[in-house]
Amino acid sequence: MSEPILRAERLGRNFGGLAAVRDVSLDLPPNQIHAVIGPNGAGKTTLINLLSGDLSPTTGRVFFRGVEIEGHALDRIARLGVARAYQRTNIFAGFSVFENCRLAAQARRLPGMRLFRPALAYRDINDAADRAMALAGIEPRAASRAADLSHGEQRQLELAMALATEPQVLLLDEPLAGMGPEEASRIAALIARLGADHAILLVEHDMDAVFNIAATVTVMVDGAVLASGAPEAIRADRAVQAAYLGEAA
Amino acid sequence: MSARLRPALLGLGLIVLLALPLVAGKFGLDLASRIMIMAIFAMSLDLLVGYAGMVSLGHAAFFGIGAYGLYLLSPAYGAANLFLSLPASVAASAIAAFVVGLLVLRSSGVYFIMVTLAFGEMFYYYATGARWLGGSDGAYIYQRPAAGPVDLGQGHTFYYLLLIALAASYALLHVILRAPFGHALRGIRGNEHRMRSLGFATPRYRLLAFVIAGALAGLAGYFDAAQFGVVNPELFGWRLSGGVLMMVILGGMGTLDGAIMGAAALVLLENFLGDLTTHWLLPMGLFIVAAVLLLPQGLTDPAALWRAVRERRHV
Repeated sequence: MSEPILRAERLGRNFGGLAAVRDVSLDLPPNQIHAVIGPNGAGKTTLINLLSGDLSPTTGRVFFRGVEIEGHALDRIARLGVARAYQRTNIFAGFSVFENCRLAAQARRLPGMRLFRPALAYRDINDAADRAMALAGIEPRAASRAADLSHGEQRQLELAMALATEPQVLLLDEPLAGMGPEEASRIAALIARLGADHAILLVEHDMDAVFNIAATVTVMVDGAVLASGAPEAIRADRAVQAAYLGEAA
Repeated sequence: MSARLRPALLGLGLIVLLALPLVAGKFGLDLASRIMIMAIFAMSLDLLVGYAGMVSLGHAAFFGIGAYGLYLLSPAYGAANLFLSLPASVAASAIAAFVVGLLVLRSSGVYFIMVTLAFGEMFYYYATGARWLGGSDGAYIYQRPAAGPVDLGQGHTFYYLLLIALAASYALLHVILRAPFGHALRGIRGNEHRMRSLGFATPRYRLLAFVIAGALAGLAGYFDAAQFGVVNPELFGWRLSGGVLMMVILGGMGTLDGAIMGAAALVLLENFLGDLTTHWLLPMGLFIVAAVLLLPQGLTDPAALWRAVRERRHV
């Protein structure tokens, strides 16, 4: 296996006395989808927060292309090329869909502060925003205010913003939640396609989607990794069946 | 205000200001100068409050530094060099804003309001006790600055230089707000955490906005000292900071035109009410309450008044 783009080593995070994430190690190799599943409260979102820099880990380390990320600064990790789509939609409600994506593209393509040329004159940024909107299927609503979108459309916008930063790593926190079945299968297919040239961490409740598109599945329970491996192996794993899949079945 | 109406009104305003010295007397021109000074000041604060979402209650500190800059660079009985004292005063304000910004920008929200207020008061109390700044009585500037043929004490030179400064400040802010920088500021106002998560180093953006706003406030303060020929610690104080914040809110936050209109409205009101009664603060307060209730989007959105009246009727 080639060198992982993002690597977590024995990550842990405590909230007061509660260990939300305990001793979690995982790799995100290039061009693969690594799914993380687990019951509610298993620490999946906290794990994403630790990788993205939204939270600093209490213990453990994160490496990007073999180099340790010091300080875990949110914006610096983003500039490395790690994009994150939030589970609780986190968009600029007062801006248009296009401006949401344009800002995301600007973050990537203009890391320095530009004070003089009009923002809309940067054609490459507009184009990157357009491409991201088209990929996520939100292009018809480009001119709408983000606050006026339906819940499912806001989820698509969330994904479009992550894509507009042209990332190498995508951290997707339940991207299909709240979407209608048609849109959900369309977005699942999109994530599968994105897996061809991105390292993706996918936290998702939709089991069918996960087992179809993920190369590796990690099962988390109570903040710790219960099992990790190929989808078939995980499906066959007794402990996983007992702890998680069994419940669902 | 509609997109078509705006440039037309701006052009009209510029023509009126250009032609004003032909028709107005000294009183009118002094009043117009006062409005232009406060308009520059209000626009600079609007960059922070209306665009970057940073409500500062200490913005007068940088106004005061610009004003005292002129005082310190004026020889005892002569005119300061305009081309030297103006940029130096603006630079001093910018540097002060940089240093203060490094400290206050660690906070946000209500804490930011309190910390900026505290910094403004620090400057105020320092100036009150500093003999080299004239102490609590302040100090006089006996001649307006000049340089070669440009003498701010002569004819309408002061008025026109002020008009140029106002137009230049407006143009500068318009350009940077349209640039990626300005778009990023609006994003920071909307959701700073998300901006960081997209990869923006937001503290740098906020600091630069703070410095630009401080520099323009210093420019306004410089002209204030030049107009009245006097500086005193009040120029740093919270009353002035609060007054300019009122102008921004009254005019409509997040619009440069609104900042200008808010400045004009408050300066005119203060003037005319002050002539009518010594208790002018009371009608002034009533006007502000009425304006905020009836025109929540500010003076630039007079249609809101009509909408409010219609909604009342339907209830």
